[in-house]
Amino acid sequence: MAKNNTKFETKLVDYAGHSLIPERDMGHFPVLEMRNLGIDFGGLTAVDNFTFTLGKTEIAGLIGPNGAGKTTVFNLLTKVYQPTRGTFLLDGQDTAGMNTVKINQAGIARTFQNIRLFDKLTVEENVKVGLHHDIKYGLASGIFHSPSYRKKEKEARERALDLLSIFDMQKFADVPAGSLPYGAQRRLEIVRALATNPKVLLLDEPAAGMNPSETAELMENIAQIRDKFQISILLIEHDMNLVMGICEGIAVLNYGKIIAKGTPAEIQSNPVVIEAYLGKKKEA
Amino acid sequence: MKEKTKKIRLTSYGRNAALSYGLVTIAFIVMTILNSAGITTNSLRGQLVPICVYIVLAVSLNLVVGISGELSLGHAGFMSIGAFSGVVASACLAKTIPAAMPRLFVAMIVAGIIAGIAGFLIGIPVLRLRGDYLAIVTLAFGEIIRNILNVIYIGLDGAGLHVATSVEGLKLWPTGQVLLNGPMGATGIQKLSTFTAGYILIMFTLFVVQNLINSKQGRAIMAIRDNRIAAESVGLSATHFKMTAFVTSAALAGMAGALFGLNYSTVAPVKFNFNTSILILVFVVLGGMGNIVGSIISATVLTILPEALRQFADYRMLAYAIVLILVMLATNNMELRALIDKYTAKILGIFKKKNKSSADADLETMEGGQN
Repeated sequence: MAKNNTKFETKLVDYAGHSLIPERDMGHFPVLEMRNLGIDFGGLTAVDNFTFTLGKTEIAGLIGPNGAGKTTVFNLLTKVYQPTRGTFLLDGQDTAGMNTVKINQAGIARTFQNIRLFDKLTVEENVKVGLHHDIKYGLASGIFHSPSYRKKEKEARERALDLLSIFDMQKFADVPAGSLPYGAQRRLEIVRALATNPKVLLLDEPAAGMNPSETAELMENIAQIRDKFQISILLIEHDMNLVMGICEGIAVLNYGKIIAKGTPAEIQSNPVVIEAYLGKKKEA
Repeated sequence: MKEKTKKIRLTSYGRNAALSYGLVTIAFIVMTILNSAGITTNSLRGQLVPICVYIVLAVSLNLVVGISGELSLGHAGFMSIGAFSGVVASACLAKTIPAAMPRLFVAMIVAGIIAGIAGFLIGIPVLRLRGDYLAIVTLAFGEIIRNILNVIYIGLDGAGLHVATSVEGLKLWPTGQVLLNGPMGATGIQKLSTFTAGYILIMFTLFVVQNLINSKQGRAIMAIRDNRIAAESVGLSATHFKMTAFVTSAALAGMAGALFGLNYSTVAPVKFNFNTSILILVFVVLGGMGNIVGSIISATVLTILPEALRQFADYRMLAYAIVLILVMLATNNMELRALIDKYTAKILGIFKKKNKSSADADLETMEGGQN
C-alpha cells in the first residue's frame, strides 16, 4: 500500500522521452496502470506508448475515430494479444506473462464489441459460467450431483438472478442467450463480466445499437454498477453524450497513440481532439 | 411470472434426461420379455450387446463432438484399448472373481481407467489444436493405437503377466495362456457380456454424461464450445475443460470396448479401424450433435439396419447409404422437424417447447420496450 501512496502523487509520465502529455490529476488510488503499452502487427504499429492510469472506482472513457486502436487496447489489457512493448500493473501487481484466463482471475473482466455470448446456453447459465470460480464443488460432485452440488447450484442460481436484476433481466433467465434481442445481449455481457467479481470492468461500446432513451438508462446502470460493486470501469464508446455524461477521465486515441487526456470539459475544448475528429480547418 | 420460468427450467434438462432413461429402460424390458418368450430371432439376440456397445460409444463421442464441439475421428482407438485391457483383466481375475457379472464389471472399470489414461496422454498434444487439425490428429492416434496393438503380445501363466512384441518373447510356461496375440488379437475369450450388463452400462453412461452436462464443469465445456475467447475472458481454461470432456469420453468408450471384447470368443485389432470410428461418428451426426436421445436411437437403428437389409444382398451397403442420406435430408428439413417436435410434445403432454418459450420472451421484450 505504501507503494501506492507514492504513485498517488505522480502527475507526469515517468518514462523519459515517451510522452509529453501530462498525466491526469485523478484524486483516486490507481488500480490499473498502463505503462507505454504497444503492439505491432507485422510492420503495422497498432498501439504505441499507451500510458494511462485508471483510478479506483473511477469511470474513464477511451475514445477516438474508427480504427484508432481502442479495441486493441482492450485486447492488450485482457491479454488476447501480448503487448510487444510496455506492461501494465493491476493493483500494483505486474501482469507480464499472464494469459487471458489468469488476467480475469486477477480481476479484469470485459465485454466485446461484437457480442460474444454463449448462444446455446440460457441467460442464467451464461451468468453461472461467469460465476464458475465462485461455485465451489469438484468434478465428482458435478458428475454424481452430490448434496453439495445441489446446495451450491441453488446458491449460484440465486446469485445469477440477483446479478440479472441489475438490468431487470430475471425474466429471461431460462431463454437461450442467442435468442435475446440485441440490447439485452449487450446487457447480459455486462452481467456475465460482473459475475467474475472483477476489480476493473472494460466495456467495449456498451451503447452500440441502443436508442437515446436506452442509452440514458444504460448510463444510470453503469454508475449504479460502479457504486454497488465499488469497481473501476474503462469504456470505449462513440456516443459522446454517454462518455461526457459519466466519465471522470477520458483518453483520446488516434492512429494508435494517445493525443489527449483529461476531464470531459478539457477534452471537449482540446483543439487536437477536434482536429482528429473533424479534420483541420482549411487555410483561407 | 416466476412460476412460469420455473416450469420451463424443469423441462429443458429434466425432460431430455428422463426421456433417455425411460426410453432405454422400456426398450430393455420389452426386449427381455420378448427374449424370454422366445419370439426374437437369433440374429437379433446376437445384436443386443453390440447395440448396447454402440449406444455407449455414440453417447460418449457426443460428449466430445456435440457438447465440447471438437471433431474426434479416433474413438475406435479408445474402444480397442478398453476391449483388450478388459479381456486381459478378465483373464487375470478369472480365479479371484469366478462369478461372471462382478468380473465383467471389474474388467469394465479397469478398461475405463486405462482408456481414460490413454485419453489424457493423447489429449495433451491433441487438445492444443483446433478444428480440422484436431480431427486429423485424432484420426492418426486412432491408427497409432491400432498399430501398437498389432505388435503387442500378452501372456498369462503362474508367474503373472508377460508382455512382449512376439510370441517367443513372452517366454511363457508350457501351461501359460496367450491372451493377446498381436494381429490375431485376443483369442479364447471367456464370454461374459450380457444384455443386462449392457443395459446397466448404458444407464451409467447416460447418468455420467447428462449429469456432467448439467454441472458447472459441463457449462464450462459448452461455453468454450460456443465462444472460446469469451470463455477465456471469464477465466475458464479451454484446454482444461476440453480435457475433462475428452478423458470422460475416452473412459466411457473404454468401458464399452470391454463389454464388446468380452462378448466374442476372438477379437482382432483390425476390427477397431478407421471405419469403426466413422461409424460411431455417423451415429452422433445422424442423431444430432449434442442430442443424447438422438444418439441412442440412431446407434440402435443403424446397428440393426445392415442386418435388416440382408435381403438386398450385394446392394446392402448401397441401401444403407440411401437410408442415411434420406434421414439426413429429413432431419435437416425445418418444416419436418417442427412437425416432429410438435408431435413429440403432444405425446409427452408437454406443450411448453423450447422454441416457443424463446418466442414468448422476444414478445415480452418488445412489450417491455414499449413501456
